[in-house]
Amino acid sequence: MSLTNMRQMKVNQSGTIVSIKVAGELGRRLRDMGLTRGVEVTVQGRAPLFDPVALRVRGFTLSLRNNEADYIEVEVSE
Amino acid sequence: MEKPMKKKSIALAGNPNSGKTTLFNELTGARQHVGNYPGVTVEKKEGYLTHNGSELHIVDLPGTYSLTAYSEDEVVARDWLTESRPVGVINIVDAANLERNLYLTVQLLEMKLPICVSLNMIDAAKIRGITIDADKLSNLLGIPVVPTIARTGKGKNKLMDKVLKLSRDKRGNNAFKISYGDDLDNALMEMETIIRKADLLTENWPARWIGVKYLENDAHVIEKGDKVNLEVSEQLKAITQKVARHLDATLDTYPEALIADYRYGYISGILKQGVVQRRKDANRLQLSDKVDKIVTNRILGPLIMIAVVYGLYHFTFTYSEIPISWFERFFEILNGFVSDRSPDGLFKSLVTSGIIDGVGGVLGFVPLIMFMFFGIALLEDSGYLARVAFMLDRVFSAFGLHGSSVMAFIVSGGIAGGCAVPGVMATRTLKSRRERLATLLTVPFMNCGAKLPVMALLIGAFFAENQATMMLIITLISWGGALLTAKLLRSTVIQGPSTPFVMELPPYRLPTLKGLFIHTWERTWQYIKKAGTVILGISVLLWALMTFPQLPLSQLEIFNQQKAVVMQAASPAVTQELETEALVFSAETAMLRRKLATLDGQEAEAALRYSVAGRIGIVLEPVSQLAGFDWRTNIALVGGFAAKEVVISTLGTAYSLGNVDPEAADSLSDTLKNAPGWSPLVALSLIIFTIFYAPCFITVVCIAREAGSWKWGAFSVIFNTTLAFTLAVAVFQIGTAGGFLGG
Repeated sequence: MSLTNMRQMKVNQSGTIVSIKVAGELGRRLRDMGLTRGVEVTVQGRAPLFDPVALRVRGFTLSLRNNEADYIEVEVSE
Repeated sequence: MEKPMKKKSIALAGNPNSGKTTLFNELTGARQHVGNYPGVTVEKKEGYLTHNGSELHIVDLPGTYSLTAYSEDEVVARDWLTESRPVGVINIVDAANLERNLYLTVQLLEMKLPICVSLNMIDAAKIRGITIDADKLSNLLGIPVVPTIARTGKGKNKLMDKVLKLSRDKRGNNAFKISYGDDLDNALMEMETIIRKADLLTENWPARWIGVKYLENDAHVIEKGDKVNLEVSEQLKAITQKVARHLDATLDTYPEALIADYRYGYISGILKQGVVQRRKDANRLQLSDKVDKIVTNRILGPLIMIAVVYGLYHFTFTYSEIPISWFERFFEILNGFVSDRSPDGLFKSLVTSGIIDGVGGVLGFVPLIMFMFFGIALLEDSGYLARVAFMLDRVFSAFGLHGSSVMAFIVSGGIAGGCAVPGVMATRTLKSRRERLATLLTVPFMNCGAKLPVMALLIGAFFAENQATMMLIITLISWGGALLTAKLLRSTVIQGPSTPFVMELPPYRLPTLKGLFIHTWERTWQYIKKAGTVILGISVLLWALMTFPQLPLSQLEIFNQQKAVVMQAASPAVTQELETEALVFSAETAMLRRKLATLDGQEAEAALRYSVAGRIGIVLEPVSQLAGFDWRTNIALVGGFAAKEVVISTLGTAYSLGNVDPEAADSLSDTLKNAPGWSPLVALSLIIFTIFYAPCFITVVCIAREAGSWKWGAFSVIFNTTLAFTLAVAVFQIGTAGGFLGG
C-alpha cells in the first residue's frame, strides 16, 4: 500500500481516496459527484491527449482534468 | 391563456441524465413551453397535466447533482423550490446509479419538501444486474418511491397518484434528519436555537437546513442572512469558524467536506440494508464502457470524432439546403408577385428589399437551426457529446474554453461554410458561464457560408493560382484568431478561474424521438419568436440606411435625359423590339440594352453614394485608407452587417455593375482586378477584415440573447471591428512598406 496523487495513477489502477485538499467550488463539485474520503476509484481511461482522466466511482464514470486530480490523494496497492 | 398561479405546482428535480426531461415530456406531451427564469439564461420548462380531474402545473427544474450556490442552475432550482412552494416534488433518480442520485434526494429531504421518488430506468438497471427493493427504500427514506420507465411511460400513473396524495396530505418526511457527527451536530443544535429565536429566514427554510448552509459557507444563504439580521448572522458565522478550527485541528478536515462525507455515509448505510441487489460487480465494465474503450481510444477516438463531427456538419448544412431552397423560392415568388403588382417607388422598395427580404432572412435560418438542434440533441442525448468534450478539453481549456466549445465552433464555420447563428445557439450545451461567454464571442470569426462567396471573389480575382492554399490559410487564420482571442478575453474582460470540468460520462443511450422533436421544435420556436422581431426591425433600418436620402430630382433628371438621348438615337424598330420579351435580341437592340443597363448601374451607384450608408463610406475613407479600403469597400462592409454576402452585391452596385449574383460574380471579379486602388495586398487586407469584423446583426441579436445582455451584443460589434481593423491595417501597412503583393 502506498500513497499517491491521482494524476500519477495508471489506467485500470484502483485505489481508495485518502484526502481531497481543496475548498471552494472545485472541492464542492468533487464531493457532490461522490469523491469523498474512503471511496474506491478506478482509472478507466484517459483522453487522447492524456488529460482529462475518466474514473469509475460509485458505479458511474466521472471525468476530471489532471490539475483537478492533483488535489486528490489516493492509497493504492502496488 | 392558462394561468399557472391558480393550479397546483409540481416540480421535477433530478440529476442530469436521470431521464427527467423524458419524464416531463411523457407527462405533459405537447402542453408545455420554454421560457427563462427571471434575470438568468437558465431555461424554464413548464407544462400542464390533468390527472384524475386535477389540473397540475408541472415545472421541469434544471438538472443538478446538488443544491449549492455555485452554479446558476442549482441556485435557480433551489430558489424556485423555496419561492413557489410546490405541493409536490418528483425526484427522478437513475436506478442504475442510485448512490450518487440519492445525494440530491437527501438535500431535498433536508429542505423538508414533499418529495416522491421516481425510481427511473429500472429496465436499464435490470440489464446491468441491479434490482432495487423500492418498498424498503421508501420505508427507510420515509417517502413514497415509485419504479418508473420514463421512455415508455410505465409507472407514471401510479407516480402521479402518489404525488397527488402527497399534496393532499400537505407534508413530506418532516422527521428526516442526518447526523453529521458530534462536532457538527452540536454546532447545528446551537445554531438552530439561535435561528429559531431570531426567526432568521425561517419563513423560507427549516432552521437546521439554514444552519447546514452556514456550515457549508453557502454564499447566497449567508448574504440573505446578513441582510435580514446581521448580528445573528455574525453569531452563526462565529460558530462555523469555531467548529471549523476544531475540525481542522482534530480531523484535518473542514465542515463542508465532513457534511458531504456524512451524506454519502448515510446513503451507503441505507443501500447496505438490502435495498440494492447486484448480480454483477458494480465496477465491472458494462457495454457502455466497452464502447468507450473504442470511442475514446487514443488513435481511433479522434478519427471517429472527426467522422461524427463531419457527419453532423454535413447533416446540418446539406439536408437543410432543401427546405431552405423552398423558403427562398417562396420568398422569390412573393417578391416577384409584389413587384409586379405595385408601382415602382419607395413603398415597393420597402416591402421587397426591407420587409420581405427581412422576413425571408429570419425564416431562411429556420431549417438550419432545426437541423442543427436536432443533430446536437441526438449527440447530447446519446451521451456522445460528453465524450467529445472529454477528448478535446485539453486543447480548448488551454485557451480558456471548455471541451464542449468545439460544437459551436464547427457549426459556425470551423469547417468552412457553417453559420454563426446556429453556432451561437449551440453554446447552450456549455454549462460553465465564463467559458460559454468566451465561446459565444469568438465563434463569429469562423468562416460562415456567407463569408465564403466574399472570400471566393477576392481569391478568384487576386490569388487565382493558389485558390486551395488561400482557403486553407483563411481557415487557419480564423481558427487561430478565434482561439487566441478567446484566450485574450478570458484573461481580460471575462477573467476568472476556469469552471471545474468534473463531468459525468453518462452511459450511452438511445435517444427518444419524441424528446428529440420536442427539443428541436422548442429551440426553433424560441428563435423565431424572440430573434425574429428584432431582426425584421434591423433589416428595415439597414434598408433605410442604403436608400435615404434619395438622389435629388435634378440628378435623377440628368440620368433620365441621358437615357432619353440613348433611346432617341436608336431606330424605332429597335425601341419596339426592346419592349418585347424576346430571348435573343438583334445586335443593335442588345447594344441599346447594354447602354441602358450601364446608365441604370451608374444611377444606382450615384444613389448608393448619396445615401446615409454611402456618406458613411465616404466619411470613413481617410481612415479606412490605412487598410487600403476606398469608399466603395466601406459601403459594402456596412452592407455586410446585414449579411456577409451582401458585401458582394453592394460592391457590384458601387462599381455600377447593377445586380451582382453572389454565386456568379465573374464580372465583379474582373472589374476589381483592373480597378485602380486594388491589389492582392488590398484583397488580403479585406479578407482579414472580413474574417474578424462585426458579425452580421442576426448573429449579434443571438449573442445578446444567449449572453443575456445587449451589452455583449454591442461588445461583439465594437470589439470585433476594432480588432479586424487593427489587423487589416497591420497587414496593409507592413505589405506596403515591404512592397509585398503589389503594395
